[in-house]
Amino acid sequence: MAEIRYLAPRSLDEAIGAFAAAGSAARILAGGTDLLVQMRSGMVAPGVIVDIKKIPEMTTIEETSDGGFRIGAAVSGAVLAEHARFGKVWPGVLEAVNLIGSKQVQGRASAGGNLCNGSPAGDSVPAMIAAGAVVTVQGPNGRREMKVEEVPAGPGRTNLKPGEILVSFKLPPRPPGSGDAYLRMIPRTEMDIAVVGIGVSLTIKDGVCTAARVGLGAVAPTALLVEPAAKALIGTKLDAAALEKAAEACRAACRPIDDKRGTVAYRIKTAGVLLKRTVAIAAKRATEK
Amino acid sequence: MNVVTNNKWIGQRTIRPDGMDKVTGRAQFAADFNMPGQIWGKILRSPHPHARIRGINTSKAEKLPGVKAVVTAKDIVDFPIEKGAVPLGIQDMRWMCRNVMAREKALFPGHPVAAVAATTEEIAAEACKLIEVDYEVLPWTIEIEDAIKPDAPVLHEWNKWEGKPSNIVGRLEHKKGDIAEGFKQADVVIERTFTTRPVHQGYIEPHACTISVAGDGKTTIWSSSQGQFMVRAMTSLLTGIPQSDIRAIPAEIGGGFGGKTIIYLEPIATMLAKKSGRPVKMVMTRDEVMRATGPTSASRSTVKIGATKDGRIVAARGTFYLQAGALPGSPIRGAAGCSFTPYDIPNLLSEGYDVCSNRSKVAAYRAPGAPIGAYAVECVMDEVAEALKIDPLDFRKINGAKEGTKASHGPVLPRIGYIETVEAAKASPHYNAPLGDGHGKPRGRGVASGFWFNAGGESSAQVNITEDGNVVVTTGHPDIGGSRAAIANICAELLGIDYSRVSVIIGDTQTVGFSNLTGGSRVLFASAMVVTQSTEKIIQTLRERAAKIWNIDPEAVKWENGAAHPSSPNAGQFEPLTLAELADKAPAMGGPIGAGVQLNTQGADGGYGTHVCDVEIDTDLGIARVIRYTAVQDVGRAIHPGYVEGQLQGGVVQGIGWALNEEYIYNKDGKVDNAGFLDYRMPVCSDMPMIDCIMVEIPNPKHPQGVKGVGEVPVVPVMAAVANAIYNALGIRFYSLPMSPPKISAALDANVKQAAE
Repeated sequence: MAEIRYLAPRSLDEAIGAFAAAGSAARILAGGTDLLVQMRSGMVAPGVIVDIKKIPEMTTIEETSDGGFRIGAAVSGAVLAEHARFGKVWPGVLEAVNLIGSKQVQGRASAGGNLCNGSPAGDSVPAMIAAGAVVTVQGPNGRREMKVEEVPAGPGRTNLKPGEILVSFKLPPRPPGSGDAYLRMIPRTEMDIAVVGIGVSLTIKDGVCTAARVGLGAVAPTALLVEPAAKALIGTKLDAAALEKAAEACRAACRPIDDKRGTVAYRIKTAGVLLKRTVAIAAKRATEK
Repeated sequence: MNVVTNNKWIGQRTIRPDGMDKVTGRAQFAADFNMPGQIWGKILRSPHPHARIRGINTSKAEKLPGVKAVVTAKDIVDFPIEKGAVPLGIQDMRWMCRNVMAREKALFPGHPVAAVAATTEEIAAEACKLIEVDYEVLPWTIEIEDAIKPDAPVLHEWNKWEGKPSNIVGRLEHKKGDIAEGFKQADVVIERTFTTRPVHQGYIEPHACTISVAGDGKTTIWSSSQGQFMVRAMTSLLTGIPQSDIRAIPAEIGGGFGGKTIIYLEPIATMLAKKSGRPVKMVMTRDEVMRATGPTSASRSTVKIGATKDGRIVAARGTFYLQAGALPGSPIRGAAGCSFTPYDIPNLLSEGYDVCSNRSKVAAYRAPGAPIGAYAVECVMDEVAEALKIDPLDFRKINGAKEGTKASHGPVLPRIGYIETVEAAKASPHYNAPLGDGHGKPRGRGVASGFWFNAGGESSAQVNITEDGNVVVTTGHPDIGGSRAAIANICAELLGIDYSRVSVIIGDTQTVGFSNLTGGSRVLFASAMVVTQSTEKIIQTLRERAAKIWNIDPEAVKWENGAAHPSSPNAGQFEPLTLAELADKAPAMGGPIGAGVQLNTQGADGGYGTHVCDVEIDTDLGIARVIRYTAVQDVGRAIHPGYVEGQLQGGVVQGIGWALNEEYIYNKDGKVDNAGFLDYRMPVCSDMPMIDCIMVEIPNPKHPQGVKGVGEVPVVPVMAAVANAIYNALGIRFYSLPMSPPKISAALDANVKQAAE
């Protein structure tokens, strides 16, 4: 029977060497909450597993000198939640990461894995897109940076090149008057997968929205950055007309399918509903500080 | 029989005997058992919904290193269709043999076609891929409305309906009075058609077994089921091994809900073990459980109820089509027989139709068929009450069945507690509380009632006094709802000793007498009877021993507080002899003390419940949440109130799942598209409010402790209660389940559109 080699390198260079050498037979193991499930169900049968949890750069959270954050790709949701300041600065990103799976899964699952799994419905992805997060990837040809929204290529696929590993997320510093939020629609109250997910990040000055980003998940082959929705909010007081315009932009951005998780009509309608609700939460957070 | 009064243990919330093992992970479930030299069995399953099997070539699989045995339908005893029914309980072995292994045809995706045992699970799976099956792929049909069309692909060509090959494989009718005359008297007549989707029992523990067949044919089965004797009987029939050679040992069971009243793996694993000479272990994956076991039926029901202005129902008609799946046997009896039983209706016609289609064979699910029928009937009841401007509980009370009512399914009802459940619901804090402010989310309240037959049947028990004066009770029913704790309560009560001195265990097929399935809400009803009679025999023995020691008449000895006492001062002055003292003296006084009783128990009265449900709707997203729920039920006598409430709450939760989100979704290839707990959306804890329980206790006069079955009734009213509450909140009636967010949302949008036009 097929054997699996398990490697747990201590450094990134070592990991990249092993991962690149193994070629398409290799899979990266962070929390394993997707990979191990896929292996058990027979969806994937890797010949080599490279566990990245022993690499310090990939498992630490750092506050950068400019006031931003650098989060290792393998940092678990539970660890991120325990960070003293992260949740205060990026509550929307944190609530999205903390929606991945159950309490037990939170001890393992990471935002990096959530992104690289390539699911259009990954909870952390729209929130990271809204946050304007940038990822560092490293491969045999060195390091490069990508915007989060550039990473997914389609269901189960990413734009990472062969041999490249997602190393970390970089979140920008927050101007005063900023807030973010993530909401998803699920038929249950937890332990479910998003039918629609929306992340919104806003900056508000003197009651006027001066910056906005909207990330939209589960309504297209990849999570989307919805720039027209952001544009509809910027320069407004987030009044009903602006919200409706932004909701319409979200609905227009949807390219969903009818599937077991929801109908096309339902997903499109829900995208608009959630946009308004998510903006309301983000705006409240932005102005409460 | 005397109803015990002034109880010390009956009615107490004692700690369950199996609790410590379960919460510490020591309990042995089916997959926890292993044997030296054990190998693994895997099943090759049909990828097609419907295909004739022209041939199976297993030679490549047999040659794969590590493969020890291969089994096909040839290795399973055939029960030819033309030879007529071979019943075992409610099952027919003609269908069971074809369900565990496809014979002439594969009838659903996931239908077993062959099985392999190999040294590892991986090799067994690999070998399955090497088996060549020559299929003639046939057109297929899954949904009832498709399967009953005249030109539908027919699963069983031998079955004729109105002279033609058909998927309608059975019909049941209950009739009373003249409905045509009855409807003529009605001032209000409402007729509606309802559909429900297949829902799975959703037990957490997948089917699993480990089986050893020794060289002399002696077979040992470790598996989890709702009846070790059912496992033994079915395995015996399907393998040809006599029952005396099969020891079926029940593991702890991680949920059954009816779905484990039949077997899937045991005959296959037995034949693999027999052929290989090695113990064989098989464990289903969740995917296999979802595709190839259970679920219950989808349904299509039409219900018509007519009533006069003063609120009297004068006629009712119900037509219930239930999906049987691959082989006959949907629970039409539960749908057609239970749905109208709470009411005294002079003119009634209730029909059930059993419809085969290319999905897995239906398995029992908690009050099989009854929730499907009650959903339709109780929603129409709500509409009729509304049309008559009568409170829905008052409407039920006006028409409530009581002692002497002739039920549609035949019997004249004994003293029942239905009306008491309606009265208790009406008087409940819940029904009298305002709905409260949903802060923009509409709220609504609905009610519904339900009935389930409840069963008696065969039970055996052995009660033994240990040498140190404690008690071991052995019964033959797997404990799926707290029955061990309740039995210990009863035994401790009768003997007048501390609960902790009674151990209750579940015996295997060769160590305790025949006991029928754990099903039909029968276990405590039946086992309490045999345990009571066994214990009474022991008490008689203890009195005789004391009498002998005191040299007085046994009639002059009474048993009280765990000891023999002279029954009155006239009988003499003696120090009491305790159970421990009498046990100590047993060798000299006639030998070991114990008694066993075996009965085919009779007198199980049906159960009735009435539920009140509040919902709150997020109208923008179409999400209905149950925010308050009260289940009222006539429980006879709550021997262990904690586990009675547990049954009520569990049934309600399953019904809420059925009402709101659970459904089998089939893709265009006829395969289940949501064969896992992620996309088959059972409720999670946070979806549920605390389910309040009101236990109405009207003791069953035919039972020593007054017990009535309680486990199944609580799922019966739920879908209707939720649907009626959603109507109350939104003014929209839903005639199909589940009432999932896309469906509620679409209905709200259609309403807005209609209003605009």
